[in-house]
Amino acid sequence: MAAVDIEAALARMAEALRPRLAARPIMIGIHTGGAWLAERLHKALALSEPLGTLDISFYRDDFTRLGINPQVKTSNLPVNVEDRHVILVDDVLHTGRTIRAAMNEIFDYGRPASVALAVLIARDGRELPIQADFVGETLTLDKHQHIKLMRAHDPHGTLSLSIQEAGG
Amino acid sequence: MKQDGRQFDSHGRLRHFLTIEGLPRQTILDILDTAESFIAMGEREIKKVPLLRGKTVVNLFFESSTRTRTTFEIAAKRLSADVININPSLSSTAKGETLLDTVRNLEAMHTDLFVVRHASSGAAYLIAGHVSEHVHIINAGDGRHAHPTQAMLDMFTIRRHKGPFENLRVAIVGDVLHSRVARSEIHALTTLGAAEVRVIAPKTLLPTAVEKLGVHPFTDMRAGLADVDVIMMLRLQRERMTGALIPSEQEYFNLYGLTAEKRAYAKPDVIVMHPGPMNRGLEIDSAVADGPNSVILPQVTNGIAVRMAIMALIMGGTPAAEARRAP
Repeated sequence: MAAVDIEAALARMAEALRPRLAARPIMIGIHTGGAWLAERLHKALALSEPLGTLDISFYRDDFTRLGINPQVKTSNLPVNVEDRHVILVDDVLHTGRTIRAAMNEIFDYGRPASVALAVLIARDGRELPIQADFVGETLTLDKHQHIKLMRAHDPHGTLSLSIQEAGG
Repeated sequence: MKQDGRQFDSHGRLRHFLTIEGLPRQTILDILDTAESFIAMGEREIKKVPLLRGKTVVNLFFESSTRTRTTFEIAAKRLSADVININPSLSSTAKGETLLDTVRNLEAMHTDLFVVRHASSGAAYLIAGHVSEHVHIINAGDGRHAHPTQAMLDMFTIRRHKGPFENLRVAIVGDVLHSRVARSEIHALTTLGAAEVRVIAPKTLLPTAVEKLGVHPFTDMRAGLADVDVIMMLRLQRERMTGALIPSEQEYFNLYGLTAEKRAYAKPDVIVMHPGPMNRGLEIDSAVADGPNSVILPQVTNGIAVRMAIMALIMGGTPAAEARRAP
């Protein structure tokens, strides 16, 4: 895999999102990686509305197979999404199932005017008709490979990507 | 009754929730942590998640209950399950059907979870030993034995208001002898490592050798309440008393009723709890029950989130649930 320059990708995403700011969008990051990226984009774009975060554990479609992780984070949407424009942020778009779950959860808070999706990495392997509106980098990976965003415990919270071999 | 591991399946996952005795500390903490995120969910516009969509929950209450049954019903509905309430004393049991036959018939209707309350200790165990592999049981109170979900919501309430258990001195006051709530609370508090657990009651209402449970017994309420962080009151269970265990209600109130005067022996920021229903003027004075230290109504609210967490944890991800779906 070619090395992804996360900082450059984030800067490109911020510029692409800028024209949307007139509509005073609400940014929502999906736990955990998406929330880190949303934090960065929120700051770079100096959004006026507070950042929201979403933990989709209670909306997963594989609950009966995997159960729930007791370390569920709390979803926190400080601004009412009713009739607002939402920018949903995640680290990796893969099967599309996480995004489906996230949209189901958002709609339980209210009916947004629109939802746009911004992801750092759009990879292959979609299982649902879901595509991102803003993409940092597009990747093609082996089926058994999983890509994960990490955040270092340094003062900058440096972001990096790691590729894991499933089952290995 | 001994903990026999029947709560866990062959993969070591929690399958039923029957007692706190013998539960690993981490399992208790997992339930408390999961409940925390359901609390946040209860504060939003649509208080419902799709976790148990398509599942059927039967509330099987052989003993009457309003609070417990209602919070179980709300909890299951907020997880999107379908809920049926059955009061067998008014139905087929009254016509002579046995407990297991009642359960088998309901199981034949594809019930996924039974929430059982029964006047006999061990009733939930008996049912858990006879249902098929994909069916789950929650004990909502069996005789004098256990009421584990009440103890869990009490632990949740304590943690929310008082923080880590290691620093806490807790007094359980009243009819310990007849109380399944007290038994479950003692197991939970000792497993979570509370600094000290005291039980306060007249000798006639203390089980023999109660010290063996890891608690310090007191018969003088004022001495027992000295410097405690948490007071957990119990209901005087007159319906379970067979002899004259208390002198008179007035005397019981004078000696063991929680009044503002007695509460003052505890720490100033003590929290006062009661599992309900309260006998005002018997075990607790209204001024305390409704006073600033009382967390009795938050206990009820927390009961919903804690019961959601327990249902979600026992019903999620069991391999048996998958096996049933396979053709």
